[in-house]
Amino acid sequence: MATVTMAKALNAALADALLDDERVLVFGEDVGQLGGVFRITDGLQARFGDKRCFDTPLAEAGIVGFAVGLAMSGLRPVVEMQFDAFAYPAFEQIASHVAKLRNRTRGALSVPIVIRVPYAGGIGGVEHHCDSSEAYYAHTPGLKVVTPATVDDAYSLLRAAIDDPDPVVFLEPKKLYFSSGEAELPARTAPIGTAVVRRPGTDATLVAYGPAVPVALAAAEAAREEGWDLEVVDVRSIVPFDDATVTASVRRTGRCVVIQEAQGFAGVGAEIAARVQERCFHALHAPVLRVSGLDIPYPAPMLEHTHLPSVDRVLDTVARLQWDDQPDSRWAAA
Amino acid sequence: MTTTPQAVRRASPRTRRPATPAVPDPSAGLLPQPEPVRLLDPDGTPLPARDDYPEPPVETLREMYRRMVVGRRFDTQATALTKQGRLAVYPSARGQEACQVGGVLALRDSDWVFPTYRESMALTARGLDPVEVLTLLRGDWHCGYDPAVTRTAPQCTPLATQCVHAAGLAYGESYQGRDTVALTFIGDGATSEGDFHEGINFAAVFKAPVVFLVQNNKYAISVPLSRQTAAPSLAYKGVGYGVPSEQVDGNDPVAVLAVLNRAVAHARAGKGPYLIEAHTYRMEPHTNADDQTRYRDADEVEAWRDRDPIARLEAYLRARGVLDDAAVAAVAEEAEAYAATLRRRMDEQPTVDPLSLFEHVYAEPTPQLVEQRELVRAELAAARDEEGDA
Repeated sequence: MATVTMAKALNAALADALLDDERVLVFGEDVGQLGGVFRITDGLQARFGDKRCFDTPLAEAGIVGFAVGLAMSGLRPVVEMQFDAFAYPAFEQIASHVAKLRNRTRGALSVPIVIRVPYAGGIGGVEHHCDSSEAYYAHTPGLKVVTPATVDDAYSLLRAAIDDPDPVVFLEPKKLYFSSGEAELPARTAPIGTAVVRRPGTDATLVAYGPAVPVALAAAEAAREEGWDLEVVDVRSIVPFDDATVTASVRRTGRCVVIQEAQGFAGVGAEIAARVQERCFHALHAPVLRVSGLDIPYPAPMLEHTHLPSVDRVLDTVARLQWDDQPDSRWAAA
Repeated sequence: MTTTPQAVRRASPRTRRPATPAVPDPSAGLLPQPEPVRLLDPDGTPLPARDDYPEPPVETLREMYRRMVVGRRFDTQATALTKQGRLAVYPSARGQEACQVGGVLALRDSDWVFPTYRESMALTARGLDPVEVLTLLRGDWHCGYDPAVTRTAPQCTPLATQCVHAAGLAYGESYQGRDTVALTFIGDGATSEGDFHEGINFAAVFKAPVVFLVQNNKYAISVPLSRQTAAPSLAYKGVGYGVPSEQVDGNDPVAVLAVLNRAVAHARAGKGPYLIEAHTYRMEPHTNADDQTRYRDADEVEAWRDRDPIARLEAYLRARGVLDDAAVAAVAEEAEAYAATLRRRMDEQPTVDPLSLFEHVYAEPTPQLVEQRELVRAELAAARDEEGDA
């Protein structure tokens, strides 16, 4: 085992994919000589040449549309969107073509491309650099949407995404890029579509993904002082969603809080809360609650800590899970 | 560019400066000719031959004529099928036969075509099964033909988005050592979309062998060309991307094919993309659902009948002595038979399977789709039981 950053693990996954599969091409803005603004593609052009890892014109719809054509010719494009909000020009290509080509052609064409998107906040970025855009992609049938929270998952899920026959939107939590973890690379953790119990517990389940996972783990640790033993489930794969793992956990604990960094309304957390309620109703001792970002445009850096789900906000929410079998006053009123 | 006498007078003192060495014009070879290339007059009379656009072999022109006649018959049949409710909608290409047929005739079977919704005629002219081409418009699925086998992308409805696919595919093919050319059709309105510009720019930067064939039929549904561009011609859009461009009389079949041949050869030779603007006219409304009287006069449409591309080619081939009454009648007969077969086949109600909705969303259905498929299966079974009870 060695200590590596998530950025390094992602870099290693790209390098190993380029090495193992000559169809793999890595491209985007500044990914060549510079190695990407987050250095995720560092050294790849030098090692594999400028035909395998290259810069493109600065046009996101063009990058994704170009990838569609390359995939039609039998290649395996892995594209980088420089930042979450800068991927929006590509949305038409993603929603109308990447997600639908297999379906439109009854399987005659497929689009095995990976769209890497550095996403979410917590890094003090100025506007348009910190959006949590997962709900847009997760709401689009035909896309797989994954987001790692650990170093070995970052490697493993990216390799799985590149090998996958379907298009994968690979959401990389920016604030975790330079977090380190113990990992033995190349790591293979679990296939896409599998959630994992990150921390076992008995009193309630915290369901989280991407940048919210470390928050959930920290909250679970802090909750011990309050006398709660919390389980943490890392979703990892938003689409396909692993109902089985989440459901099994909530049935064990009887309580559930869903945590996401994105704004809450109509978000992925809302979908997870609904699914848990539909499947675990008779096991639940309290309503499924959500902790999310506020329903505001991503705030300026000096205000982002108010927006982002914090350990305190998670613990306050856990406290409202009807522990004394008394209805929460918030729901009893009116 | 026109220069007024006043401008000449104002400029003249400056020309007295010491002569500087001539700088080569970087736009040379990129800009289109000031007038659309034309090899036949509207009545079919040949114009002087040109070295830059040699006339295609006469056998090819006879084949072009055949496909144009059959293509028009297909098109009028599809419009009729729409009126009978057999198709949900049909965007006609009548009047644009030279571009529709020329675009595919200039290619090899191994080349790729990226069509829009208006290219049904082009695709049948390429030899695709007309029923499979009309699947989209009949509504029993989206793309009815196999793009991988036919080397023909699905007919693209989101405007200009296919331009970038063509660039990617063409680059991918050349990257893998194949000399495939990609031709993308696009309309005048869609040249205002960002993906047209990104597509042509990517193709240029990566030297991808793509031919962009703009059929300027003068209207984007109701909006005239003057609302799409202030450029002297849509072909002028190539120079900004370093792409050689040409404009052609899109109702002159000989010129259309000659210009396409040059563009395809340029792309296949590894010289990068080529942009063609073909000036043509949509004789029918945008689709059967459109009311063209709200935006154009009948006189205007009528005037374009005199520039009919089929009559033009027929007159030329007859004058050359390579097409006679018997040959014309044979082609007409073939076109009628084609339409009759299409009518008969379209009379057969297509079978659709609700459970097929869950196939091809992903390579393997997700657990959630498996659940939903079972729900629909149960609904269908219940509906069958009710029918059985009734």
